[in-house]
Amino acid sequence: MPILQTPLDAVRRRRRSPLPGLGLTLGVTVTFVTLIVLLPLAGLGWQLAQLGISDYLFVMSDERTLAALRVTITAALLATLVNGVFGLLLAWVLVRYRFPGRAALDALVDLPFALPTSVAGIALVALYAQDGWIGSLLAPLGLQVAYSWWGIVVAMVFTSVPFAVRAIQPLIEELDPAEEAAATTLGASRWQTFRAIILPQLMPGILTGTGLSFVRSLGEFGAVIFIAGNIPYETEIASLLIMIRLDEFDYPAAAAIAGTMLALSLVLLVAINIAQTRLYRRFERGS
Amino acid sequence: MRRPLLIALAMLFAFAVIVLPVAAIFTRAFAEGAGVWLSAITAPETRAAIWLTILTALIVLPINIVFGLCAAWAIARFRFPGRRALLILIEIPFAISPIVAGLCFLLVYGAYGPVGAALQPYGLQLMFNLTGIVLVSLFVTCPFVVREVLPVLAVTGEDEERAALTLGASGWQIFSYVTFPNITWPLLYGAILATARAIGEFGAVSVVSGAIRGQTMTLPLQIELLYNDYNTTGAFAAATVLALLALVTLILRGLIAAFHPARGATS
Repeated sequence: MPILQTPLDAVRRRRRSPLPGLGLTLGVTVTFVTLIVLLPLAGLGWQLAQLGISDYLFVMSDERTLAALRVTITAALLATLVNGVFGLLLAWVLVRYRFPGRAALDALVDLPFALPTSVAGIALVALYAQDGWIGSLLAPLGLQVAYSWWGIVVAMVFTSVPFAVRAIQPLIEELDPAEEAAATTLGASRWQTFRAIILPQLMPGILTGTGLSFVRSLGEFGAVIFIAGNIPYETEIASLLIMIRLDEFDYPAAAAIAGTMLALSLVLLVAINIAQTRLYRRFERGS
Repeated sequence: MRRPLLIALAMLFAFAVIVLPVAAIFTRAFAEGAGVWLSAITAPETRAAIWLTILTALIVLPINIVFGLCAAWAIARFRFPGRRALLILIEIPFAISPIVAGLCFLLVYGAYGPVGAALQPYGLQLMFNLTGIVLVSLFVTCPFVVREVLPVLAVTGEDEERAALTLGASGWQIFSYVTFPNITWPLLYGAILATARAIGEFGAVSVVSGAIRGQTMTLPLQIELLYNDYNTTGAFAAATVLALLALVTLILRGLIAAFHPARGATS
Protein backbone atom coordinates (compact mmCIF):
# COMPACT_ATOMS: atom_id res chain seq x y z
CA MET A 1 0.00 0.00 0.00
CA PRO A 2 2.23 2.82 -1.18
CA ILE A 3 1.30 6.15 0.30
CA LEU A 4 1.52 9.29 -1.81
CA GLN A 5 1.66 7.17 -4.93
CA THR A 6 -1.12 7.69 -7.39
CA PRO A 7 -2.61 5.64 -10.20
CA LEU A 8 -2.42 8.45 -12.70
CA ASP A 9 -0.68 6.48 -15.42
CA ALA A 10 -3.79 4.47 -16.19
CA VAL A 11 -5.59 7.62 -17.31
CA ARG A 12 -5.25 8.42 -20.98
CA ARG A 13 -3.97 11.83 -21.88
CA ARG A 14 -6.52 13.95 -23.69
CA ARG A 15 -7.53 17.49 -24.26
CA ARG A 16 -10.99 18.04 -22.90
CA SER A 17 -13.57 15.49 -21.89
CA PRO A 18 -17.12 15.96 -23.14
CA LEU A 19 -18.46 14.24 -20.04
CA PRO A 20 -20.51 16.35 -17.64
CA GLY A 21 -20.03 16.97 -13.94
CA LEU A 22 -16.59 18.59 -13.72
CA GLY A 23 -17.89 21.71 -12.02
CA LEU A 24 -20.02 19.92 -9.45
CA THR A 25 -17.62 17.11 -8.56
CA LEU A 26 -14.53 19.28 -8.51
CA GLY A 27 -16.37 21.88 -6.45
CA VAL A 28 -17.40 19.31 -3.83
CA THR A 29 -13.91 17.80 -3.80
CA VAL A 30 -12.04 21.08 -3.43
CA THR A 31 -14.42 22.33 -0.73
CA PHE A 32 -14.07 19.10 1.24
CA VAL A 33 -10.29 18.90 0.88
CA THR A 34 -9.94 22.56 1.85
CA LEU A 35 -12.04 22.24 5.01
CA ILE A 36 -10.93 18.79 6.13
CA VAL A 37 -7.29 18.51 5.00
CA LEU A 38 -5.82 21.80 3.85
CA LEU A 39 -7.07 24.18 6.56
CA PRO A 40 -6.05 21.95 9.50
CA LEU A 41 -2.58 21.45 7.97
CA ALA A 42 -2.32 25.19 7.36
CA GLY A 43 -3.31 25.68 11.00
CA LEU A 44 -0.29 23.70 12.14
CA GLY A 45 1.94 25.60 9.72
CA TRP A 46 0.53 28.92 10.92
CA GLN A 47 1.11 28.03 14.57
CA LEU A 48 4.69 26.99 13.78
CA ALA A 49 5.32 30.19 11.82
CA GLN A 50 4.18 32.25 14.79
CA LEU A 51 6.49 30.31 17.04
CA GLY A 52 9.73 31.47 15.46
CA ILE A 53 13.01 29.60 15.37
CA SER A 54 14.30 30.39 18.85
CA ASP A 55 11.04 29.33 20.56
CA TYR A 56 10.96 26.22 18.43
CA LEU A 57 14.49 25.30 19.44
CA PHE A 58 13.64 26.04 23.07
CA VAL A 59 10.77 23.52 22.99
CA MET A 60 12.73 20.93 21.07
CA SER A 61 15.85 21.12 23.23
CA ASP A 62 13.83 20.54 26.39
CA GLU A 63 15.10 17.41 28.15
CA ARG A 64 11.65 15.87 28.28
CA THR A 65 11.00 16.46 24.56
CA LEU A 66 14.35 14.96 23.62
CA ALA A 67 13.75 11.96 25.87
CA ALA A 68 10.30 11.40 24.32
CA LEU A 69 11.74 11.59 20.81
CA ARG A 70 14.55 9.20 21.76
CA VAL A 71 12.11 6.69 23.28
CA THR A 72 9.79 6.90 20.27
CA ILE A 73 12.45 6.65 17.59
CA THR A 74 14.49 3.85 19.19
CA ALA A 75 11.38 1.77 19.88
CA ALA A 76 10.11 2.38 16.33
CA LEU A 77 13.49 1.31 14.92
CA LEU A 78 13.51 -1.97 16.82
CA ALA A 79 9.84 -2.64 15.97
CA THR A 80 10.61 -1.99 12.31
CA LEU A 81 13.57 -4.37 12.39
CA VAL A 82 11.38 -7.09 13.91
CA ASN A 83 8.66 -6.41 11.33
CA GLY A 84 11.17 -6.47 8.49
CA VAL A 85 12.42 -9.93 9.47
CA PHE A 86 9.05 -11.47 10.38
CA GLY A 87 7.23 -9.62 7.60
CA LEU A 88 9.58 -11.23 5.10
CA LEU A 89 9.13 -14.62 6.76
CA LEU A 90 5.32 -14.38 6.82
CA ALA A 91 5.13 -13.12 3.24
CA TRP A 92 7.46 -15.90 2.05
CA VAL A 93 5.53 -18.64 3.83
CA LEU A 94 2.19 -17.28 2.61
CA VAL A 95 3.24 -17.11 -1.04
CA ARG A 96 5.52 -20.11 -1.45
CA TYR A 97 4.04 -22.82 0.74
CA ARG A 98 0.65 -24.56 0.77
CA PHE A 99 -0.30 -25.88 4.20
CA PRO A 100 -3.43 -26.26 6.31
CA GLY A 101 -4.33 -22.92 7.87
CA ARG A 102 -2.67 -20.81 5.19
CA ALA A 103 -5.86 -18.89 4.36
CA ALA A 104 -6.47 -18.24 8.05
CA LEU A 105 -2.89 -17.00 8.48
CA ASP A 106 -3.32 -14.72 5.48
CA ALA A 107 -6.51 -13.21 6.93
CA LEU A 108 -4.92 -12.88 10.40
CA VAL A 109 -2.20 -10.61 9.05
CA ASP A 110 -4.81 -7.88 8.48
CA LEU A 111 -6.23 -8.12 11.98
CA PRO A 112 -3.96 -5.41 13.46
CA PHE A 113 -5.26 -3.01 10.76
CA ALA A 114 -8.86 -3.82 11.59
CA LEU A 115 -8.57 -3.84 15.37
CA PRO A 116 -9.06 -0.39 16.95
CA THR A 117 -5.84 0.73 18.62
CA SER A 118 -7.27 1.13 22.13
CA VAL A 119 -8.55 -2.46 21.92
CA ALA A 120 -5.08 -3.58 20.88
CA GLY A 121 -3.65 -1.57 23.76
CA ILE A 122 -5.63 -3.18 26.57
CA ALA A 123 -5.25 -6.61 24.93
CA LEU A 124 -1.46 -6.28 24.96
CA VAL A 125 -1.42 -5.15 28.59
CA ALA A 126 -3.60 -8.10 29.54
CA LEU A 127 -1.11 -10.37 27.82
CA TYR A 128 2.16 -8.88 29.05
CA ALA A 129 1.25 -7.74 32.57
CA GLN A 130 2.72 -9.75 35.46
CA ASP A 131 -0.40 -11.91 35.67
CA GLY A 132 -0.91 -12.18 31.90
CA TRP A 133 -0.33 -15.27 29.78
CA ILE A 134 3.03 -14.09 28.43
CA GLY A 135 3.95 -11.74 31.26
CA SER A 136 3.74 -14.52 33.84
CA LEU A 137 6.13 -16.62 31.75
CA LEU A 138 8.63 -13.78 31.46
CA ALA A 139 8.46 -12.63 35.08
CA PRO A 140 10.50 -15.54 36.54
CA LEU A 141 13.21 -14.70 33.98
CA GLY A 142 13.32 -11.16 35.35
CA LEU A 143 11.91 -9.72 32.11
CA GLN A 144 9.28 -7.02 32.28
CA VAL A 145 7.56 -5.99 29.05
CA ALA A 146 4.44 -4.17 30.23
CA TYR A 147 5.10 -0.64 31.53
CA SER A 148 8.59 -0.57 30.03
CA TRP A 149 10.30 0.47 26.79
CA TRP A 150 9.90 -3.12 25.56
CA GLY A 151 6.14 -2.78 25.87
CA ILE A 152 6.25 0.17 23.48
CA VAL A 153 8.16 -1.99 20.98
CA VAL A 154 5.61 -4.81 21.31
CA ALA A 155 2.70 -2.43 20.68
CA MET A 156 4.46 -0.94 17.64
CA VAL A 157 5.22 -4.40 16.24
CA PHE A 158 1.56 -5.37 16.58
CA THR A 159 0.11 -2.29 14.89
CA SER A 160 2.53 -2.14 11.97
CA VAL A 161 3.34 -5.74 11.04
CA PRO A 162 0.72 -5.85 8.20
CA PHE A 163 2.56 -3.05 6.35
CA ALA A 164 5.69 -5.18 6.04
CA VAL A 165 3.89 -8.38 5.02
CA ARG A 166 1.60 -6.72 2.47
CA ALA A 167 4.40 -4.71 0.86
CA ILE A 168 6.69 -7.74 0.41
CA GLN A 169 4.04 -10.33 -0.58
CA PRO A 170 3.37 -9.17 -4.18
CA LEU A 171 7.10 -9.08 -4.99
CA ILE A 172 7.55 -12.69 -3.86
CA GLU A 173 4.63 -13.64 -6.11
CA GLU A 174 6.49 -12.08 -9.06
CA LEU A 175 9.76 -13.94 -8.40
CA ASP A 176 10.66 -16.48 -11.07
CA PRO A 177 11.43 -19.82 -9.38
CA ALA A 178 13.46 -20.79 -12.46
CA GLU A 179 16.11 -18.24 -11.45
CA GLU A 180 16.48 -19.88 -8.06
CA ALA A 181 16.67 -23.31 -9.71
CA ALA A 182 19.36 -22.00 -12.07
CA ALA A 183 21.36 -20.66 -9.15
CA THR A 184 21.11 -24.01 -7.39
CA THR A 185 22.28 -25.96 -10.47
CA LEU A 186 25.22 -23.59 -10.74
CA GLY A 187 26.21 -24.70 -7.26
CA ALA A 188 24.93 -21.83 -5.16
CA SER A 189 24.06 -22.61 -1.57
CA ARG A 190 20.62 -21.75 -0.23
CA TRP A 191 22.07 -18.72 1.52
CA GLN A 192 23.86 -17.57 -1.65
CA THR A 193 20.65 -17.94 -3.67
CA PHE A 194 18.78 -15.94 -1.08
CA ARG A 195 21.42 -13.20 -0.91
CA ALA A 196 22.18 -12.90 -4.61
CA ILE A 197 18.90 -13.79 -6.32
CA ILE A 198 15.95 -13.33 -3.98
CA LEU A 199 16.83 -10.47 -1.65
CA PRO A 200 17.78 -7.90 -4.31
CA GLN A 201 14.46 -8.39 -6.10
CA LEU A 202 12.53 -8.01 -2.86
CA MET A 203 14.35 -4.85 -1.81
CA PRO A 204 11.71 -2.38 -3.09
CA GLY A 205 9.05 -4.19 -1.08
CA ILE A 206 11.19 -4.52 2.03
CA LEU A 207 12.04 -0.83 1.80
CA THR A 208 8.41 0.25 1.44
CA GLY A 209 7.19 -2.17 4.08
CA THR A 210 9.73 -1.23 6.71
CA GLY A 211 9.42 2.46 5.84
CA LEU A 212 5.65 2.49 6.27
CA SER A 213 5.99 0.35 9.37
CA PHE A 214 8.45 2.87 10.84
CA VAL A 215 6.25 5.87 10.04
CA ARG A 216 3.23 4.15 11.55
CA SER A 217 5.23 3.23 14.66
CA LEU A 218 6.43 6.81 15.11
CA GLY A 219 2.86 8.06 15.22
CA GLU A 220 1.19 5.17 17.06
CA PHE A 221 -0.67 6.35 20.13
CA GLY A 222 -3.63 4.21 21.19
CA ALA A 223 -1.92 0.85 21.41
CA VAL A 224 1.21 2.26 23.05
CA ILE A 225 -0.14 4.40 25.90
CA PHE A 226 -1.81 1.46 27.64
CA ILE A 227 1.32 -0.69 27.80
CA ALA A 228 4.03 1.99 28.03
CA GLY A 229 3.62 3.05 31.65
CA ASN A 230 4.07 6.63 30.40
CA ILE A 231 6.83 7.65 32.81
CA PRO A 232 8.32 10.99 31.69
CA TYR A 233 11.92 10.69 30.41
CA GLU A 234 11.64 6.89 30.35
CA THR A 235 8.56 5.49 28.63
CA GLU A 236 6.78 8.60 27.41
CA ILE A 237 6.30 8.67 23.63
CA ALA A 238 6.24 11.86 21.54
CA SER A 239 2.53 11.58 20.71
CA LEU A 240 1.67 11.43 24.41
CA LEU A 241 3.86 14.45 25.14
CA ILE A 242 1.94 16.39 22.46
CA MET A 243 -1.27 15.37 24.21
CA ILE A 244 0.09 16.47 27.61
CA ARG A 245 1.18 19.88 26.24
CA LEU A 246 -2.32 20.28 24.78
CA ASP A 247 -3.93 19.54 28.13
CA GLU A 248 -1.69 22.26 29.60
CA PHE A 249 -2.91 24.61 26.83
CA ASP A 250 0.72 24.91 25.73
CA TYR A 251 -0.29 24.91 22.05
CA PRO A 252 3.05 26.25 20.74
CA ALA A 253 4.99 23.39 22.39
CA ALA A 254 2.46 20.83 21.12
CA ALA A 255 2.70 22.30 17.61
CA ALA A 256 6.51 22.28 17.68
CA ILE A 257 6.69 18.58 18.58
CA ALA A 258 3.87 17.70 16.18
CA GLY A 259 5.47 19.66 13.34
CA THR A 260 8.76 17.84 13.90
CA MET A 261 7.08 14.42 13.87
CA LEU A 262 5.05 15.33 10.79
CA ALA A 263 8.09 16.62 8.91
CA LEU A 264 10.02 13.45 9.82
CA SER A 265 7.17 11.23 8.51
CA LEU A 266 6.73 13.16 5.28
CA VAL A 267 10.46 13.26 4.54
CA LEU A 268 10.65 9.50 5.11
CA LEU A 269 7.66 8.81 2.86
CA VAL A 270 9.04 10.94 0.05
CA ALA A 271 12.45 9.28 0.44
CA ILE A 272 10.85 5.83 0.24
CA ASN A 273 9.01 6.82 -2.93
CA ILE A 274 12.16 8.14 -4.58
CA ALA A 275 14.25 5.14 -3.54
CA GLN A 276 11.56 2.76 -4.72
CA THR A 277 11.36 4.36 -8.16
CA ARG A 278 15.15 4.14 -8.49
CA LEU A 279 15.25 0.48 -7.45
CA TYR A 280 12.56 -0.43 -9.98
CA ARG A 281 14.38 1.48 -12.70
CA ARG A 282 17.63 -0.31 -11.95
CA PHE A 283 15.80 -3.61 -12.35
CA GLU A 284 14.21 -2.72 -15.62
CA ARG A 285 17.60 -1.74 -17.00
CA GLY A 286 19.20 -4.91 -15.65
CA SER A 287 16.73 -7.35 -17.15
CA MET B 1 13.27 -29.85 5.75
CA ARG B 2 13.51 -26.08 5.95
CA ARG B 3 9.89 -25.69 4.91
CA PRO B 4 8.23 -27.06 8.09
CA LEU B 5 10.57 -24.95 10.20
CA LEU B 6 9.72 -21.71 8.40
CA ILE B 7 5.98 -22.47 8.47
CA ALA B 8 6.14 -23.25 12.17
CA LEU B 9 8.09 -20.07 12.87
CA ALA B 10 5.59 -17.92 10.91
CA MET B 11 2.64 -19.60 12.65
CA LEU B 12 4.25 -19.12 16.04
CA PHE B 13 4.87 -15.42 15.39
CA ALA B 14 1.30 -14.86 14.15
CA PHE B 15 -0.07 -16.78 17.10
CA ALA B 16 1.94 -14.95 19.75
CA VAL B 17 1.72 -11.49 18.24
CA ILE B 18 -1.76 -11.44 16.66
CA VAL B 19 -3.97 -14.28 17.99
CA LEU B 20 -3.09 -14.20 21.68
CA PRO B 21 -4.00 -10.53 22.25
CA VAL B 22 -7.46 -11.02 20.72
CA ALA B 23 -7.97 -14.22 22.70
CA ALA B 24 -6.96 -12.34 25.84
CA ILE B 25 -9.70 -9.74 25.29
CA PHE B 26 -12.45 -12.35 25.16
CA THR B 27 -11.06 -14.38 28.06
CA ARG B 28 -10.86 -11.32 30.29
CA ALA B 29 -14.27 -10.03 29.22
CA PHE B 30 -15.99 -13.32 30.03
CA ALA B 31 -13.86 -14.13 33.09
CA GLU B 32 -16.76 -13.38 35.42
CA GLY B 33 -19.41 -14.96 33.24
CA ALA B 34 -21.70 -13.90 30.41
CA GLY B 35 -24.08 -12.13 32.79
CA VAL B 36 -21.40 -9.72 34.00
CA TRP B 37 -20.31 -9.17 30.39
CA LEU B 38 -23.86 -8.32 29.36
CA SER B 39 -24.42 -5.90 32.22
CA ALA B 40 -21.05 -4.31 31.45
CA ILE B 41 -21.86 -3.55 27.81
CA THR B 42 -25.35 -2.33 28.70
CA ALA B 43 -24.12 0.02 31.44
CA PRO B 44 -25.51 3.52 30.70
CA GLU B 45 -22.16 5.17 29.91
CA THR B 46 -21.05 2.33 27.66
CA ARG B 47 -24.42 2.36 25.91
CA ALA B 48 -24.08 6.09 25.34
CA ALA B 49 -20.59 5.50 23.93
CA ILE B 50 -21.85 2.79 21.58
CA TRP B 51 -24.62 5.09 20.38
CA LEU B 52 -22.25 8.02 19.82
CA THR B 53 -19.91 5.75 17.87
CA ILE B 54 -22.76 4.52 15.66
CA LEU B 55 -24.04 8.07 15.18
CA THR B 56 -20.57 9.26 14.14
CA ALA B 57 -20.22 6.39 11.67
CA LEU B 58 -23.69 7.09 10.25
CA ILE B 59 -22.85 10.77 9.65
CA VAL B 60 -19.37 10.11 8.30
CA LEU B 61 -20.34 7.31 5.90
CA PRO B 62 -22.61 9.23 3.46
CA ILE B 63 -20.27 12.24 3.42
CA ASN B 64 -17.36 9.91 2.64
CA ILE B 65 -19.28 8.25 -0.19
CA VAL B 66 -20.35 11.54 -1.80
CA PHE B 67 -16.86 13.03 -1.45
CA GLY B 68 -15.16 9.83 -2.63
CA LEU B 69 -17.33 9.55 -5.73
CA CYS B 70 -16.95 13.23 -6.60
CA ALA B 71 -13.18 13.18 -6.15
CA ALA B 72 -12.79 9.93 -8.11
CA TRP B 73 -14.98 11.22 -10.97
CA ALA B 74 -13.24 14.58 -11.22
CA ILE B 75 -9.74 13.12 -11.03
CA ALA B 76 -10.31 10.09 -13.27
CA ARG B 77 -12.35 11.81 -15.99
CA PHE B 78 -10.85 15.29 -16.29
CA ARG B 79 -7.47 16.99 -16.43
CA PHE B 80 -7.11 20.26 -14.63
CA PRO B 81 -4.28 22.22 -13.06
CA GLY B 82 -3.45 20.99 -9.57
CA ARG B 83 -4.85 17.51 -10.20
CA ARG B 84 -1.76 15.75 -8.88
CA ALA B 85 -1.59 18.06 -5.87
CA LEU B 86 -5.23 17.30 -5.11
CA LEU B 87 -4.52 13.58 -5.12
CA ILE B 88 -1.57 13.99 -2.78
CA LEU B 89 -3.71 16.11 -0.42
CA ILE B 90 -6.40 13.39 -0.36
CA GLU B 91 -3.78 10.75 0.51
CA ILE B 92 -2.04 12.83 3.17
CA PRO B 93 -4.30 11.78 6.09
CA PHE B 94 -2.81 8.27 5.81
CA ALA B 95 0.65 9.71 6.43
CA ILE B 96 -0.27 11.78 9.48
CA SER B 97 -0.33 10.32 12.97
CA PRO B 98 -3.65 10.54 14.84
CA ILE B 99 -2.51 12.93 17.57
CA VAL B 100 -0.97 15.32 15.07
CA ALA B 101 -4.21 15.20 13.06
CA GLY B 102 -6.31 16.02 16.12
CA LEU B 103 -3.95 18.86 17.04
CA CYS B 104 -4.24 20.36 13.53
CA PHE B 105 -8.03 20.53 13.90
CA LEU B 106 -7.78 22.08 17.35
CA LEU B 107 -5.45 24.78 16.03
CA VAL B 108 -7.95 25.86 13.35
CA TYR B 109 -11.41 24.94 14.59
CA GLY B 110 -10.76 25.23 18.35
CA ALA B 111 -11.72 28.28 20.43
CA TYR B 112 -8.26 29.83 19.88
CA GLY B 113 -8.07 28.94 16.19
CA PRO B 114 -8.98 31.41 13.43
CA VAL B 115 -12.16 29.59 12.32
CA GLY B 116 -13.23 28.59 15.82
CA ALA B 117 -12.73 32.13 17.16
CA ALA B 118 -14.69 33.63 14.26
CA LEU B 119 -17.66 31.35 14.93
CA GLN B 120 -17.66 31.81 18.70
CA PRO B 121 -19.67 35.07 18.77
CA TYR B 122 -22.48 33.19 17.03
CA GLY B 123 -22.48 30.55 19.75
CA LEU B 124 -21.07 27.92 17.43
CA GLN B 125 -18.54 25.55 18.93
CA LEU B 126 -16.89 23.01 16.64
CA MET B 127 -14.48 21.17 18.93
CA PHE B 128 -15.06 19.03 22.04
CA ASN B 129 -18.44 17.84 20.78
CA LEU B 130 -20.00 15.64 18.09
CA THR B 131 -19.00 18.09 15.31
CA GLY B 132 -15.36 17.82 16.30
CA ILE B 133 -15.51 14.03 16.42
CA VAL B 134 -17.15 13.93 12.97
CA LEU B 135 -14.61 16.37 11.48
CA VAL B 136 -11.53 14.39 12.59
CA SER B 137 -13.23 11.13 11.62
CA LEU B 138 -13.70 12.56 8.13
CA PHE B 139 -10.01 13.48 8.08
CA VAL B 140 -8.74 10.02 8.99
CA THR B 141 -11.15 8.19 6.65
CA CYS B 142 -11.32 10.40 3.55
CA PRO B 143 -8.71 8.54 1.45
CA PHE B 144 -10.41 5.11 1.63
CA VAL B 145 -13.25 5.45 -0.93
CA VAL B 146 -11.20 7.49 -3.40
CA ARG B 147 -8.27 5.09 -3.41
CA GLU B 148 -10.59 2.12 -4.12
CA VAL B 149 -12.87 3.75 -6.70
CA LEU B 150 -10.37 5.89 -8.62
CA PRO B 151 -8.19 3.07 -10.04
CA VAL B 152 -11.28 1.18 -11.22
CA LEU B 153 -12.74 4.28 -12.89
CA ALA B 154 -9.40 4.96 -14.56
CA VAL B 155 -9.03 1.38 -15.83
CA THR B 156 -12.65 1.11 -17.03
CA GLY B 157 -12.22 4.08 -19.34
CA GLU B 158 -14.98 6.36 -20.48
CA ASP B 159 -16.07 4.86 -23.81
CA GLU B 160 -19.36 3.58 -22.39
CA GLU B 161 -20.06 6.91 -20.74
CA ARG B 162 -19.35 8.80 -23.96
CA ALA B 163 -21.68 6.42 -25.81
CA ALA B 164 -24.42 7.12 -23.27
CA LEU B 165 -23.81 10.84 -23.70
CA THR B 166 -24.23 10.68 -27.50
CA LEU B 167 -27.45 8.73 -26.94
CA GLY B 168 -28.77 11.70 -25.00
CA ALA B 169 -28.35 10.53 -21.42
CA SER B 170 -28.20 13.18 -18.71
CA GLY B 171 -25.25 13.36 -16.32
CA TRP B 172 -27.21 11.66 -13.57
CA GLN B 173 -28.42 8.91 -15.96
CA ILE B 174 -24.85 8.27 -17.11
CA PHE B 175 -23.73 7.93 -13.53
CA SER B 176 -26.53 5.68 -12.31
CA TYR B 177 -26.82 3.39 -15.36
CA VAL B 178 -23.28 3.27 -16.73
CA THR B 179 -20.69 4.31 -14.13
CA PHE B 180 -22.21 3.10 -10.89
CA PRO B 181 -22.58 -0.60 -11.85
CA ASN B 182 -18.84 -0.67 -12.62
CA ILE B 183 -17.77 0.73 -9.28
CA THR B 184 -20.30 -0.82 -6.88
CA TRP B 185 -17.82 -3.26 -5.36
CA PRO B 186 -14.85 -0.93 -4.92
CA LEU B 187 -17.24 1.64 -3.47
CA LEU B 188 -18.59 -0.90 -0.98
CA TYR B 189 -15.06 -2.05 -0.17
CA GLY B 190 -13.83 1.49 0.48
CA ALA B 191 -16.94 2.35 2.49
CA ILE B 192 -16.46 -0.69 4.74
CA LEU B 193 -12.81 0.15 5.41
CA ALA B 194 -13.67 3.81 6.07
CA THR B 195 -16.49 2.91 8.45
CA ALA B 196 -14.32 0.45 10.36
CA ARG B 197 -11.69 3.15 10.76
CA ALA B 198 -14.25 5.76 11.83
CA ILE B 199 -15.61 3.41 14.48
CA GLY B 200 -12.20 2.50 15.83
CA GLU B 201 -10.33 5.82 15.66
CA PHE B 202 -8.80 6.64 19.02
CA GLY B 203 -5.95 9.17 18.93
CA ALA B 204 -7.43 11.90 16.75
CA VAL B 205 -10.83 11.65 18.42
CA SER B 206 -9.33 11.76 21.90
CA VAL B 207 -7.74 15.14 21.12
CA VAL B 208 -10.99 16.81 20.08
CA SER B 209 -13.63 14.89 22.03
CA GLY B 210 -13.45 16.88 25.27
CA ALA B 211 -13.89 13.60 27.12
CA ILE B 212 -17.20 14.39 28.76
CA ARG B 213 -18.48 11.23 30.43
CA GLY B 214 -21.59 9.78 28.86
CA GLN B 215 -21.63 12.55 26.25
CA THR B 216 -18.55 12.86 24.04
CA MET B 217 -16.95 9.47 24.66
CA THR B 218 -16.89 7.18 21.65
CA LEU B 219 -16.47 3.47 22.34
CA PRO B 220 -12.66 3.40 21.86
CA LEU B 221 -12.35 6.32 24.31
CA GLN B 222 -14.78 4.68 26.74
CA ILE B 223 -12.46 1.65 26.85
CA GLU B 224 -9.61 3.84 28.05
CA LEU B 225 -11.86 5.57 30.57
CA LEU B 226 -13.13 2.31 32.06
CA TYR B 227 -9.62 0.89 32.11
CA ASN B 228 -8.25 3.91 33.98
CA ASP B 229 -11.19 3.61 36.40
CA TYR B 230 -9.94 0.09 37.21
CA ASN B 231 -13.19 -1.23 35.74
CA THR B 232 -11.22 -3.87 33.81
CA THR B 233 -14.15 -6.14 33.09
CA GLY B 234 -16.12 -3.20 31.72
CA ALA B 235 -13.19 -2.16 29.53
CA PHE B 236 -12.68 -5.66 28.15
CA ALA B 237 -16.42 -6.11 27.60
CA ALA B 238 -16.52 -2.89 25.58
CA ALA B 239 -13.42 -4.09 23.72
CA THR B 240 -15.18 -7.31 22.68
CA VAL B 241 -17.77 -5.23 20.81
CA LEU B 242 -15.06 -3.50 18.77
CA ALA B 243 -13.05 -6.70 18.33
CA LEU B 244 -16.15 -8.46 16.93
CA LEU B 245 -16.70 -5.53 14.55
CA ALA B 246 -13.08 -5.84 13.43
CA LEU B 247 -13.58 -9.56 12.74
CA VAL B 248 -16.77 -8.83 10.78
CA THR B 249 -14.87 -6.21 8.75
CA LEU B 250 -12.17 -8.75 7.92
CA ILE B 251 -14.76 -11.34 6.88
CA LEU B 252 -16.60 -8.82 4.66
CA ARG B 253 -13.29 -7.81 3.09
CA GLY B 254 -12.43 -11.43 2.48
CA LEU B 255 -15.83 -12.10 0.90
CA ILE B 256 -15.57 -9.11 -1.43
CA ALA B 257 -12.04 -10.11 -2.41
CA ALA B 258 -13.18 -13.71 -3.00
CA PHE B 259 -16.16 -12.81 -5.19
CA HIS B 260 -14.38 -9.98 -6.95
CA PRO B 261 -10.77 -11.12 -7.20
CA ALA B 262 -9.79 -8.01 -9.13
CA ARG B 263 -10.66 -5.94 -6.08
CA GLY B 264 -8.62 -7.94 -3.66
CA ALA B 265 -5.59 -7.49 -5.86
CA THR B 266 -5.34 -3.73 -5.67
CA SER B 267 -5.16 -3.38 -1.94
